[in-house]
Amino acid sequence: MSDELAIRARGLSKHFGDLRAVDHLDLDVPKASIYGFLGPNGSGKSTTIRMLCGLLTPTEGTADVLGYAVPGRSAELKPKIGYMTQKFSLFGDLTVTENLEFIAEIYSFPKAGRASRVDELLEKYDLTEQRKQFASTMSGGQKQRLGLACAVLHHPELLLLDEPTSAVDPQSRRDFWANLFRLAEGGTTILVSTHYMDEAERCHRLAILDHGVKVADGAPQELQRSTGMHVIEVLADDPYHAQAVISTLPVVASVTQLGIRLRVLIPESVADALEQVEKALRDHKVTARTHIADATLEDVFVAVTLKPEQLAA
Amino acid sequence: MKSLSRLMAVTRKEVRQLRRDRLTFAMIFGMPMMQILLFGYAINTDVRNLKTAVADEANTHLSREFIAQLEETQVADIRQRVNSPADLEALLRSGDISIGVAIPPDFDRRVIDRNRSAVQILVDGSDPTVLGVANQLRNMPITFDSNRREKEQSPVEVRPYFNPERRTPVNIVPGLMGVILTMTMMIFTAVAIVRERERGNLELLINTPVTSAELMIGKVVPYVAIGLVQLALILAIGDLLFDVPVRGSVLDLYIAASFFIAANLALGLFVSTMVSTQFQAMQATFFLMMPSILLSGFMFPFDGMPVVAQYLGEALPITHFIRLTRGIMLREASLGDLPGELIFLGAFSVIAMTAAALRFSKRLD
Repeated sequence: MSDELAIRARGLSKHFGDLRAVDHLDLDVPKASIYGFLGPNGSGKSTTIRMLCGLLTPTEGTADVLGYAVPGRSAELKPKIGYMTQKFSLFGDLTVTENLEFIAEIYSFPKAGRASRVDELLEKYDLTEQRKQFASTMSGGQKQRLGLACAVLHHPELLLLDEPTSAVDPQSRRDFWANLFRLAEGGTTILVSTHYMDEAERCHRLAILDHGVKVADGAPQELQRSTGMHVIEVLADDPYHAQAVISTLPVVASVTQLGIRLRVLIPESVADALEQVEKALRDHKVTARTHIADATLEDVFVAVTLKPEQLAA
Repeated sequence: MKSLSRLMAVTRKEVRQLRRDRLTFAMIFGMPMMQILLFGYAINTDVRNLKTAVADEANTHLSREFIAQLEETQVADIRQRVNSPADLEALLRSGDISIGVAIPPDFDRRVIDRNRSAVQILVDGSDPTVLGVANQLRNMPITFDSNRREKEQSPVEVRPYFNPERRTPVNIVPGLMGVILTMTMMIFTAVAIVRERERGNLELLINTPVTSAELMIGKVVPYVAIGLVQLALILAIGDLLFDVPVRGSVLDLYIAASFFIAANLALGLFVSTMVSTQFQAMQATFFLMMPSILLSGFMFPFDGMPVVAQYLGEALPITHFIRLTRGIMLREASLGDLPGELIFLGAFSVIAMTAAALRFSKRLD
């Protein structure tokens, strides 16, 4: 295994009965980077993360995490990874400080530095005021900061974060990501799952999962450049009518409404995409302005998760 | 060393959580107190003052004397006098009386004629205890010679050892210790692992270096102490209110209790690894509680049970613990007199604990 990779998985699969929650996933996560899993609920993000830390046994395939084959050597791996569950999993009836102390003891953090490490984390994650508060009484953002503080307490080489921002407000999310960047600069590898496009855009690399299958991976900008689609933005007075008209065009792969704007995806193989859309709108007397736009990550997501019959055009 | 400090960390956390869980904390002390008061005062197998009605169709000097004698036994409390045996049957059926005494018109003649019974006592057989008590009335002497009241000396003499006054609490309390410890120890530990699973704590814990054995043992250590405190509480109340003796060594009693507590905690943990919600854990403990009360010899004598039930009873830790407590507290036995019971409890603890640790995998699938 390469020294530059923190995680390397080949053909990783997990079946629950007939359901293929994860289907032949190949994964290369470079060290000291933030790697994102983007996908809707049920796309296999959590299952993959759980397999990577040895909580679930893969049905097929292999995974090496920090040089340890999982799940076989997950006991040796545990001290080197930090894990944050989707649901708040710290003890609600312990105070913030007690939670941190407990985690320090469980990871056998040297006794001499324990108190100062706890203080440092309270400071860094802005929890000093809540130090005596029971964890169950804190706000979503505070709980999430405590979760992260506990996950990084023992200086793990790899952080696995399962939808860490699903229950917090936008400001907390921004602060959270600032913390993640700081950790990555310090050499920590971070694997984070999300269903927010803006978060996915901040990752160094990204894998898009759909029904357990990896449908795309690469740097976000790279993915945006190589969608294989024309993106046409349509500003219409009656977007609902415009959408109905455009949808009838056989070349159109998808139409998504965003407020008064429509984003139309048409395969790059269609040379006169813009003209076809404009003609259709004129024919149906829909007043609208159209122009070619750059692909956003959302467009990428829509493009890579299209069903084969939608692409047949 | 690392292992011990992780175990201690789990124990400290458990104690902290327990201290803050007021209801559970109250239950630890409330449950033994309530049970010992209930069992001590409400249960009395030495029944007196059964509701009685008399149909005296003879109404002679002798029959009236017989009725007076009946009242003296204190077994029967005569509430009503009716005219015919049919009235007695009606009262029995409606549950107004437990005993009906039918004295026929030819009572005096029947007393002389030893071949026929002189009195008929109708008993509500739907309650086995009442039936047993009413049987005592069989031995009442009836004779015309009013000076010869005292019973004839029976050739067989029964002497109740260890509990000469036949006080029910003396029999109940040693067994009750087993029931209370089973209940509290098993409920607390059965819920212990499942609660963390439900709250999501477990997914975090199994991703840390803590091992299954450290987690299991660390979680039950506080309950050993709680069990011993409960034991002291039961002994103190038993002594103060019901004068229940501890004739053997108190140390022996605590050693026996430690083994028994360990067995129950191990069983509780095993249950905890089998179930997936706290509700299921409670159901499973109640499932195990019923045989513990019924088949252990606590309620009914072990010797009187069918062989299959005896085998089942032998498999329960409480059966062996009750033998130990009754032995030590009432018969002044030492642990050396009952080695098999202690060995069983020790072996049971080791096996159940191992099974629990093996079943608890640090995986989610």
